[in-house]
Amino acid sequence: MSQLILSKKSSQPAPGTFRYQLASFWSDFSASRGALVGLIFIVFILLVALFAPWVAPHDPAMQDRSALLVPPVWHAEGSWNYLLGTDAVGRDVLSRLIYGARYSLSISAMVVVISMGVGIFLGLLAGYFRGWVETVITRVMDVVLAFPSLLLALGLVAILSPGLTSAMIAIAMVQLPYFVRLTRAAVIGEKNREYVIASRLSGAGHLRLMFNTLLPNCMAPLIVQATLSFSTAILDIAALGFLGMGVQPPTPEWGAMLANAREFMGSAYWAVTFPGLIILLTVLMINLMGDGLRDALDPKMKRS
Amino acid sequence: MFKFFLVKLAQLVPTFIGVTIVAFSFIRLLPGDPILLMAGERGISAERYAELKSQLGFDRSLIVQYFDFLKGLLHGDLGNSLVTHAPVMDEFMSRFPATLELSLFALAFAVIIGLPAGVLAAVKRGKTLDHTVMGISLTGYSMPIFWWGLLLIMLFSSTLGWTPVSGRISYMYFIEPVTGFMTIDSLIAGDWGAFLSSLHYLILPSIVLGTIPLAVIARQTRSSMLEVLGEDYVRTARAKGLSNFRVIMVHTLRNALISVVTVIGLQVGLLLAGAIPTETIFSWPGIGKWMIDAISRRDYPSVQGGLVLIAFIVMIVNLLVDLAYGVINPRIRH
Repeated sequence: MSQLILSKKSSQPAPGTFRYQLASFWSDFSASRGALVGLIFIVFILLVALFAPWVAPHDPAMQDRSALLVPPVWHAEGSWNYLLGTDAVGRDVLSRLIYGARYSLSISAMVVVISMGVGIFLGLLAGYFRGWVETVITRVMDVVLAFPSLLLALGLVAILSPGLTSAMIAIAMVQLPYFVRLTRAAVIGEKNREYVIASRLSGAGHLRLMFNTLLPNCMAPLIVQATLSFSTAILDIAALGFLGMGVQPPTPEWGAMLANAREFMGSAYWAVTFPGLIILLTVLMINLMGDGLRDALDPKMKRS
Repeated sequence: MFKFFLVKLAQLVPTFIGVTIVAFSFIRLLPGDPILLMAGERGISAERYAELKSQLGFDRSLIVQYFDFLKGLLHGDLGNSLVTHAPVMDEFMSRFPATLELSLFALAFAVIIGLPAGVLAAVKRGKTLDHTVMGISLTGYSMPIFWWGLLLIMLFSSTLGWTPVSGRISYMYFIEPVTGFMTIDSLIAGDWGAFLSSLHYLILPSIVLGTIPLAVIARQTRSSMLEVLGEDYVRTARAKGLSNFRVIMVHTLRNALISVVTVIGLQVGLLLAGAIPTETIFSWPGIGKWMIDAISRRDYPSVQGGLVLIAFIVMIVNLLVDLAYGVINPRIRH
């Protein structure tokens, strides 16, 4: 990887161009081994999720009545047919994990898109107009923050009736204040800089100033927050699934798989161990990548 | 200082009103009719339905209902549970000590391990120890704690038989609740066996609940130590010829602790959120499990009262953290 960057550097894009920024971002980002490992893992799991029907050895819903609670392949009773074993109704754990990646990743991605989109909009409004708009928006966000996140998400899911969409909306709502606060703070910091004033004097309207002038210069902390949000969303989705309030069985969602396997904890460790392990690994890798992103994008937050 | 406190308190009022509005509308938005739910399978006659409806105040306008709710709240009356018919306040108060005890032990676990780990990582910056500590803490930070709990139960309870699986104390003991803290109550009763048993039951849940705060504290300690180590007064202290130990423990740690204390205080929301899965896994009779049960049973008054009380606790603790920050960091006072 580093070879590639060196060769790129020899062709030196001119400073100030987008290509130059990209190259300098990449050299900062790839300087951290952890961030690279994280990125590779995330790409890998995204590909697996995307091509699940071709990668998974079995149908995730297929119940093999002749193979209930078969242990993983490295046990004497294990079978090559079911690499990570089967659950209590004879479904292949590995295939369910692979299909589960689709749910966890797509729901979490939607959570980030929704809360980031709405959060940026509200944060821009608050930071740009100040006054009562700001007061109302920050007060509402304070109220959201006064509740422990998982509790609020549980309550929202109960209102919307348990399921995939409500879990998504609930968790997006819980994540919202962080984006609003960050955007607002960044906008207030940038608002009186010369380039913004210049743009205003040359006649730019409110919308243009907010979205074209200010927003691009406030993105760095937001992108870092997005990765953090993404990993938190995976954890929260799984927690809701585990508590029976998220994605409903028999959908192979990671948290719901854990809840199902819980009663066989004593006899079938694999049905409990692997879903949790994949949640941990995915979240860990995203956080590693987030650390690298922060170092590369935000010199102020740079790891000391 | 007192003025600072009053200003901060006044700032909380709108947020608290917002919280009551959210909690109030929450249960009115929940699907299902609470009265039909109370009646259960048997059904209910039209007269009895109307009678219950006016008794519970559901026939009045929403505004009137809301102000009734506020009035009750100010008198410490949150209505009665639809399931047990006991006052919500009593139900909450009888379970809150269990959650508080668990949270305090979890926080103690997090601080006792996280703080020294963060200091060591900062001192050995860039060395293997630093990378190890930071790697472990990032893993802890990424932990799905409900799975972590199951894993620890599988290992320490099922396989090794070292720790109990669920509950607060062995069924062999009955301790009269005084404070609601099992450890303190058993000491008051003078029963050492019960005290040890209650500690034994606290080990796994505290580790599970304390894992994420531990990671956060270790990371924060490391980064604020590093920040302070770069300050001029630390260089001066070194130049004076003070021992490395003294420079780190007295000059650096004390100043680094300012931001660490804030972060420790901010773990309260995290602890209360984490209490829900933790208490579910360990059948811990605290407010996390109670809220889950109340939500799934559609016990409206309990959900409403619980939400308000929990948010209230979080807000008060955050206020205290703000104040503590002013006290230990004279630079920002006023």
